[in-house]
Amino acid sequence: MSKIMKPIRQTGIIGYGAYIPKYRLPASEISNLWRDGQDENFLPIKQKSVPGPDEDTITMSIEAAQNALKRAGTDPQEIRAVWVGSESHPYAVKPSGTVVSQILGIVPDTVSGDFEFACKAGTEAMQAATAFVGSGMGDYALAIGMDTAQGKPGDALEYTAAAGGAAFIMGPAEEAVAVLEGSYSYVTDTPDFFRRAHQKYPEHGNRFTGDLAYFHHIYNAVTTLMEELNLKPSDFAQAVFHQPNVKFPRKKAKDLNFTDLQIKEGLLVDFIGNTYAGASVLGFTAALDKAEPGDRLLLASFGSGAGSDAFSFIVTDRIKKVRSKAPDTQYYVRREEKIDYARYARWRKKIVMH
Amino acid sequence: MDIPRYWRLRNQRYRLEGTECTECGEKSFPPRCVCAKCKSDSLQPFRFSGKGTIYSFSTIYQALDTFDKDIPYSIALVKLEEGPLITTQLADISPDEIKIKLPVEMVIRKIYEDGEHGPIQYGYKFRPVLNK
Ligand SMILES: [Zn+2]
Repeated sequence: MSKIMKPIRQTGIIGYGAYIPKYRLPASEISNLWRDGQDENFLPIKQKSVPGPDEDTITMSIEAAQNALKRAGTDPQEIRAVWVGSESHPYAVKPSGTVVSQILGIVPDTVSGDFEFACKAGTEAMQAATAFVGSGMGDYALAIGMDTAQGKPGDALEYTAAAGGAAFIMGPAEEAVAVLEGSYSYVTDTPDFFRRAHQKYPEHGNRFTGDLAYFHHIYNAVTTLMEELNLKPSDFAQAVFHQPNVKFPRKKAKDLNFTDLQIKEGLLVDFIGNTYAGASVLGFTAALDKAEPGDRLLLASFGSGAGSDAFSFIVTDRIKKVRSKAPDTQYYVRREEKIDYARYARWRKKIVMH
Repeated sequence: MDIPRYWRLRNQRYRLEGTECTECGEKSFPPRCVCAKCKSDSLQPFRFSGKGTIYSFSTIYQALDTFDKDIPYSIALVKLEEGPLITTQLADISPDEIKIKLPVEMVIRKIYEDGEHGPIQYGYKFRPVLNK
């Protein structure tokens, strides 16, 4: 059995767009409040992005998708699917995609639903959008990975749980800035991290988070993808891995024989935190921003629960024409205003009044 | 604002849709039924670009209950590049950064959440233009 996934009709990314809110909470603020600064030499990242008080997964998805539309040049009415992947959809029932597609002028000729798979909900939406276009059900589909992740105050995850993400318009290969060479997804039942219904903060099964979850799933997804496509690490110009902290993607790259240079463009976590469903896809838009025609790019997500989606894309000449039509990923990374823990607590509704 | 009213006005609030007079070209926001300039009733929908400059502004420290948790926040009269003045909240800016004539652009933001159980209302706000 061939394990590689490839649609019948050649498919690719027509347009892509990033969004990261402008506020940053330094990890030292969390360390000073909860650990008296005792862990200051072991902080997982420097700072994380924080959404403004009037931002959520829907508003951020809209800005990323507007950037993707500018690059694609597609008439919004031709987009036939809108899928938003997130663990922080503003509504429990009512798809984020309904508001997004109304505002972008995509309605009413479209399907729309929310995806949820922890940090890989965005790449899950990309797989579905690829299948939708690749089967000929529509010419264009919009897939978004976006989150405003929350960590319990004082919990290890609070240092990194951040906000941001990216949007992709999938369409026919002839119009693509990056053509999909093939993809592979690897999923098991692993209790590494979860959030029960009606709970505000997630729980993590400590012993499962590293080897059995992140490393195992990405390793299997990426090695299977490369075997099936007869590729080796040196065939890729850049590789982007899910990035819950700085250490994990670096170690993963080493295990898989990718160099530090090969993961450089897409490693954003130190400056913006772990944007969950937005993390690997934002790394990927940063790599696209710097890619040359002919470059092969690897995207490998990880979602707790658990699974990994791995994709191989080949960049086309068209990238040079569309790149400058929207702000690049590094623009949003560099646009920053630092805030303190008090403002963060107020904006993120950490202070509960009974 | 009640749900039916917000729903009816959604393309105004989501997409900055106003009207354009087919007789004299005058553009209006919010949409009108009769042209303010030539009194023609021949108007068609017009979508504004969302670019403009700050005409005047104020910062709110004492708000209605709906916005009580948001203070301080700033509102402005923005002169749209197509002509009309529009009243709007500002986003991503602190009160001391606001200046008359500052170039701003429309973004979609949360306007308010109707308590813990009600709908979340989205609509336009304006922020300083991104210098990409
Ligand atoms: Zn007129």
